[in-house]
Amino acid sequence: MNGGNRPYELFALGDTALTIDWGNRMDEQINREVIARAAQFRQQPFPGLLETVPAYSSLTVFFDPLFIRQHISPGKTAMEYVTERAEALLGLPAAAQQETGRRVRIPVCYDPSLAPELEWLAREKEISVEELIILHTTPVYRVYMMGFLPGFAYMGEVDERIRMPRKPQPQPTRAGSVGIAGRQTGIYPFASPGGWHVIGNSPVQLFNKSREEPTLISAGDRVQFYAIDKYEFAHY
Amino acid sequence: MSLRIIKAGILDTIQDLGRYGFLAGGINPSGAMDRYALQIANALVGNAAGEAGIELHFPAAVILFTEPALIALSGADFSPSINGEPVPMQQCIVVNKNDALQFHRPRKGARAYLAVAGGFLLEDWLGSRSTNLKAVAGGYHGRRLQKGDELLLNSKKDYGYLLPGKKIRVMPWAADNKYEELSSEIAVLPGHEWGRLTAEAKERFLHSPFLITKLADRMGYRLGNEPLTMVPGEEIISSAVSMGTIQLLPDGKLIVLMADHQTTGGYPRLAHVITAHHSILAQLKSGDAVYFRLTDTLTAEELLARQQQHLRQLQHACTLKLQQYG
Repeated sequence: MNGGNRPYELFALGDTALTIDWGNRMDEQINREVIARAAQFRQQPFPGLLETVPAYSSLTVFFDPLFIRQHISPGKTAMEYVTERAEALLGLPAAAQQETGRRVRIPVCYDPSLAPELEWLAREKEISVEELIILHTTPVYRVYMMGFLPGFAYMGEVDERIRMPRKPQPQPTRAGSVGIAGRQTGIYPFASPGGWHVIGNSPVQLFNKSREEPTLISAGDRVQFYAIDKYEFAHY
Repeated sequence: MSLRIIKAGILDTIQDLGRYGFLAGGINPSGAMDRYALQIANALVGNAAGEAGIELHFPAAVILFTEPALIALSGADFSPSINGEPVPMQQCIVVNKNDALQFHRPRKGARAYLAVAGGFLLEDWLGSRSTNLKAVAGGYHGRRLQKGDELLLNSKKDYGYLLPGKKIRVMPWAADNKYEELSSEIAVLPGHEWGRLTAEAKERFLHSPFLITKLADRMGYRLGNEPLTMVPGEEIISSAVSMGTIQLLPDGKLIVLMADHQTTGGYPRLAHVITAHHSILAQLKSGDAVYFRLTDTLTAEELLARQQQHLRQLQHACTLKLQQYG
C-alpha cells in the first residue's frame, strides 16, 4: 500500500485499525500533520470510525468492522473501505494546519530528594544543577503524543546539552517524576517501572479520574516547566 | 438485590466490552479478555451484549446471592457449584436467596464470566464499567473484588416465582459449548514489521509451538520462544498498538498484547491475532502451547461476522425463551 509519491504509508493494525505513517521519526512538521489529520477524521468521521490515536509520526484509526460490513458490498472488506475513506480524506488539504493546542505551564520541584538522577545527570553533562534546571525550563515543549500510562505525555525536544539515552533497565519510578529520555521529556502520572532519568517532580495531577477530561494535556499542546522549591511543592 | 463476595478470588473484576474514545489520552481500553464469552453469558440471561459482568480467574471468588436472581456462566470451566451441587456452564440458572456460587478446580480455559440478569448497579467511568486497574477507576471502585464487597443489582424483579422448590433451577436453554473444541491454532494477520523477520524466523513463527510463560496476565502474554531474529533496520518510534498485537522484544522473544495493554508501543509489530480468535487467546494460560498461522483480512472479517451472527441467534433464542417464562 506504499503508494507512488504520497508522503505517507498505510498499513493495517490487525483487523480493527489502520495506521497512516508519515515517516517513523520525531519531527515537529510531521507531528503537526498527524494532529491536524486526527482532528479532520474526528470532524468528518466515516461510518464505523471509533477513535483516532495520534503518535509521533503516525495516526491510527480504530473502526468497527462489523458495523462497516453491514453497509458495504459483500466481497469487499471493511479494511478496504476504511483505506479508501482514509485516502480520500488525506487527498484533501489538512484542515488548516494552525495549532489548536493549549499552552500549559507546569511546576516542577528540582530537588535531589525527589529526583534520583538530577545530580548524576548534571555531573555527567559537566554542568551545574542550576544550569540543568535552566536548560530544562527554557524550552516550550511540544506534546507529540500520549501513551504508556493514562495521561503520560511524550514531549520534546530536550536541549542537546542535557539529553541522555534511557536506562538499560526500567526502575521503580514515583508518581509525578519528571524524566528525560534522549530528546524526550515526560511526567509519570502514576508510580510505575520506568526507564527515564528522573530530574524533578511535579505536584500537578496530570491524570484525575474525577475530572470530566481526566487527562490534563493532549497531543499538540505546548508545555513549559517552571521551577518551584520544596516548600511550594509541599503546599501546592 | 445484591450479591456479596464472601471469599475473594485471585483476580476477579467487573468488565464489559471495553472503554473506547480515550485511547488518545493514554487510557488503556480494559474490558473482558474474552468478550465473546461475556456476550454469551449476557445473552443467556437476556442482557444487552455490552452489559458488565464479573471476570473470574482461578482460584475464583465465592459469591452469595441475597435475593433470587437469574445468572449464567460462560468462558472457562472452573467446576462451578451452587450450595455444593455442580451446575452447568453456558446455561441460564435461577438461584435462590442465600445460595452460594463457588468454583472448585480449573478444567478448561483461564477466565470465566458471570452475568446476572439486569446487570450491576454501577456508575460508568468514561462510558464504560470496565475496571481499569492502572487508573484505579471504573468497575467496582477501580479494583478487584474483595471479601465483603456487595454488588447491587439493577433488576428489581423477584425471580422467586421461577423457583417452586427451594432448590436452584437450570433453565432449559443453553449456548453450544464451543470451549469443548478449543483450537490451539491461532490465526494472525501480518504486522508492519513482519517482512523484517529472517526467512528462518518466519518459518519458525509459523511452524513451531509457542509456550505461554508464567508472565501472562491481563496486560499481555510473554511467550517462551527461542529468540527470533530480524534483518537489521531502523528503530521504530512509538505508535498505536492493539489487543492481539504480537511484538518482538529486544531479546528476540514475543509478547502478545491483551486487554490491559498500553495504548502505544515501540517494539516491532510482527503480527496481529484476528479479533475472532481473541476468545481462544483469552482462554490460554501459563504452560499452554499455541501455533500461529497466517490468514488474510477477508477471512478475519468473515470469521468475526460469523461469530457475531451466532451471538445474535443466541440472543434472539434466549429472549424468546425468557418471554415464555414471563
